[in-house]
Amino acid sequence: MAPPRRTSAPARRASSRQARAGRPSPGARSRTAGLEPLLAAKEVVVFCGSGGVGKTTVAAATALGAATHLGGRVLVLTVDPAKRLADALGLRGGLGNVERRVSPEILAAAGIEVRGELWAAMLDTKQSWDALVLRHSPDEATAYRILENPLYRNITSRFVQSHDYIAMERLHELHSAGRYDLIVVDTPPTRNAIDFLDAPQRMAEFFGGRLLRWLTVPYRIGGRRGARLVNLASRPFYQVADRILGSQFLEDIAEFFVNFQSMYDGFVERAHAVERLLHDRRTTFAVVATLESAPLQEAEFFLAALAERELPIGALVLNKTLSTALVEPAGEDAARRFVDDAPAIAGALALTGEPALAEVARTERLLATLAESYRNFSVIAKREAELRSELVGAPDLVLTVPQTDADVHDLRGLAAIADALFLGAAR
Amino acid sequence: MGKSTVTAGLAHLAAQRGKRVLVVEVDAKGDLTDLFEHARVGFEPVEVARGISVMTIDTEASLREYLKLNLRVPMVGRIGPIASMFDFVANAAPGVKEILTIGKIGWEVRESIEGRAPWDLVIVDAAASGHVIAQLGAPQAIGGLVSMGSVSDQTGWLQALLADPEITALNVVVTPEEMPVAETIELIARVRAELDVPLGVVFVNRVLPELLHRADEALFGALAEEPAAAVLREKAGPGATSVIEAGRLAVALRRSRAGHLTRLHEAIDLPKVYLPELFVRSAGIRVTRLIAEAIGDELGI
Repeated sequence: MAPPRRTSAPARRASSRQARAGRPSPGARSRTAGLEPLLAAKEVVVFCGSGGVGKTTVAAATALGAATHLGGRVLVLTVDPAKRLADALGLRGGLGNVERRVSPEILAAAGIEVRGELWAAMLDTKQSWDALVLRHSPDEATAYRILENPLYRNITSRFVQSHDYIAMERLHELHSAGRYDLIVVDTPPTRNAIDFLDAPQRMAEFFGGRLLRWLTVPYRIGGRRGARLVNLASRPFYQVADRILGSQFLEDIAEFFVNFQSMYDGFVERAHAVERLLHDRRTTFAVVATLESAPLQEAEFFLAALAERELPIGALVLNKTLSTALVEPAGEDAARRFVDDAPAIAGALALTGEPALAEVARTERLLATLAESYRNFSVIAKREAELRSELVGAPDLVLTVPQTDADVHDLRGLAAIADALFLGAAR
Repeated sequence: MGKSTVTAGLAHLAAQRGKRVLVVEVDAKGDLTDLFEHARVGFEPVEVARGISVMTIDTEASLREYLKLNLRVPMVGRIGPIASMFDFVANAAPGVKEILTIGKIGWEVRESIEGRAPWDLVIVDAAASGHVIAQLGAPQAIGGLVSMGSVSDQTGWLQALLADPEITALNVVVTPEEMPVAETIELIARVRAELDVPLGVVFVNRVLPELLHRADEALFGALAEEPAAAVLREKAGPGATSVIEAGRLAVALRRSRAGHLTRLHEAIDLPKVYLPELFVRSAGIRVTRLIAEAIGDELGI
């Protein structure tokens, strides 16, 4: 099936109006406070954040929310090596490089009415690299020389950095194919997400770099297998490199890059195009954090890194936040009375005649337990409020997703988060 | 998951018992030193608390040190700014960053064993689960790729060191939540399949206390409903609703976490150390002490 190209902007606005009209009114204020106005004009949204904050979940919920509230065809692309997304989306058999559509039947069964289409894919680094090589090689022979080079095989299958560039490359490919109105990108955890932002630039610099040209000189002068690196042994660089890595490995590297250079122009052009896409006004970045000190520090780091690179920061999502009811004096007051006035309260409860409330001593004990538990959570809620007030560099749009009773592992859970993100109304 | 917190807690516990500990921060976030209320540190180990030194992995510094120590290359200064060479090596030769990370850690361990470095215990706050495989697998991968040269010699001892159960243990920190448990199960399966690195224990962090006994469930259910809820509001004020709501959240979280704990038990046969959710306001040394205490209690020391 070849899905049609993305719908025009006016059509999207219309479908968005329909989507709104079809929903119970959430109140005008919360509507403008959500992701909807931000994403209505965007084609790519990239989520950054440290591990464990629920970034993948927030990305998936954003895609679901966009498909519901904005309509159009929405893709969530995860680059996380862990296969989390498929489970939440009910895609049995998992996710791969090829986008899969979340079936409307499954969505409907979960009580979700989606105007648009929800699609999902997970980056397969090796497959994407292979596709890239085949696309940019001048001829098939070169492509296969590259694909069979032991170094290439290792780069693409084993090492983390190779995810960074290819993720951006794949994003570009998906975007320029024009099949999706919105692509939601989930990035790998840890600081690698920053490498991932710099990857296109680095890739272009690397392939255009003097060092690489210099390294491959013996090959370019002497023909592909004609010259030996030994010719350059007088150069200190080779002496060092040779002693560290051994000459066979150096030859593998050089051969790899000589072959790769045949793709140089296409590759660099592509890297620049990816770079432009990240800076495009149709792209926005969102940072996800929880209100805990380490994830927030990471979030601040991401915000600063994005600002430094002049990349557009659309929103900060504070995930799994506790209710503000936990910091209100009325709650503390009630918790105190649960303990101080326990006999009177338990007595009054027994008078209701409810069989479960008949044992006064048991009720008293439970009231004390509940008071203690409230105070425990209150301590955390206060810490969260404090951390939130100290946050540096946050964008105008800060969204909170409440801590839910259970884990988000299905479409219903995702829909609740989507509502929090789009309507500010998940309870 | 609280990887840094557990790392800091373990370091504190070991130091209390007279060990000299080196903590290596791989993903430099700086929260490790926060846990000792100390300023951030760099590549050079700094004693942040009695008996505990912390260093942060910096792959470029690691390369410099490697060149200086292992090759005694006099011309290092002549090959121009080392940064550009580093860029070249790190980008061209895959896994160089990983090997420089794991290599530096292995080197500190070997130096200690041979009496040239002071550490009794080296604790690594490693990368997130998706990346730790690449790091620990780097010696193997590089060893297979480079058959000659000094890197090849280096990977041999490093692999042996990582594989020795007397020396190395890969420990996993998990919270009893769905995704972390699923990732942990996947990580351990991959470690067993792809790496020759012995597994240690699983630290299960942030375990919530049991709020309700089974016998109390009906009672709690009744409290949350009318007419009891009205009585509570009348006697304890409007905040009573929030207290009950908080109780409901605590019960639900505890319950869903219990399910994940069961799954963890069924899937993973490694020893487990349980650490409680800490309801404290601060994030510094106090948390570290509490976690150290909890680990100590669990291990019976």
